[in-house]
Amino acid sequence: MTQSSIITDEMRAVIGQESEPQTVEVDRTAVRMFARGVGHTDPVHYDVEVARRRGYRDLPCPPAFLGTPVFNPSQPPRTAYVSFKSPFKRVLNGGTEVEYFDEDICAGDVLTSTSKIADLSERQGSLGPMLIIRFETTYRNQKGKVVAILRGTGIQY
Amino acid sequence: MAEQVYFEDINQGDEIPKLVKNCSSQQLVMWAAGSGDFYQIHYDKDFAQSTGLKGIIVHGALKHAFLGQLLHDWVGEKGRLKKFGCQYRGMDYPNQDLICRGVVTGKRQESGENLVELEIWTENPEGEKTSPGKAVVALPSRK
Repeated sequence: MTQSSIITDEMRAVIGQESEPQTVEVDRTAVRMFARGVGHTDPVHYDVEVARRRGYRDLPCPPAFLGTPVFNPSQPPRTAYVSFKSPFKRVLNGGTEVEYFDEDICAGDVLTSTSKIADLSERQGSLGPMLIIRFETTYRNQKGKVVAILRGTGIQY
Repeated sequence: MAEQVYFEDINQGDEIPKLVKNCSSQQLVMWAAGSGDFYQIHYDKDFAQSTGLKGIIVHGALKHAFLGQLLHDWVGEKGRLKKFGCQYRGMDYPNQDLICRGVVTGKRQESGENLVELEIWTENPEGEKTSPGKAVVALPSRK
């Protein structure tokens, strides 16, 4: 007997739907804190003079840092992307990829991010059926240019 | 910092200089603050164990960021990261070496840029590739 698909029409319907845009701020303190958390030693992420001498308008984001979403406790919590009712309770982070474009991302930038589920697939694992969610978050800067695309994989099981 | 690397000097199969990390629980807290990921499995041992883990584990996204530092330090001031990613296959733990490595898998020129492709990964002290991935960087030319 073939295993029926765990992906329902309701789930398929959210593929490609863009979430509400979210404001993401890039400021010097956050750049330095991220760099420090990773252990970057390059002064370009900490010292504005060094950054400017190297041609950046302000501290450039370390790799994988894409700013801080604006948190406000008086607003309802929001999911990153248009979500769906999942039969699974457990989630694993499957992986992350960041793609950059021509513009640098520096302290002082204000980005807008939108997310969508790019793909849903399924696999049989040793623990049973697994739902693989590939999602994409596009970051645009204050000039409307795409500065980064973050692609992530979530595994629900 | 190391001398600038140039496109002409790179060959397929070259291994780039390793970056060895060894996270204390304090660094994991600093990363939680810097990234906004406050999930307790990364700093609260009792919580981690209650979910079935043997102890606190390093955030996947931090390993991705470590690979970012590996590449940033290698490409130098004149190089540029275009794309990099990894999968979180194995768990990594604090207070043990976490080695970030990369090998050049190809070179090409495209739209006026000198691109280098790499296989990148984090490795645990047993030599297992816990976060395998790929990267594309642009390097300056000597010409």
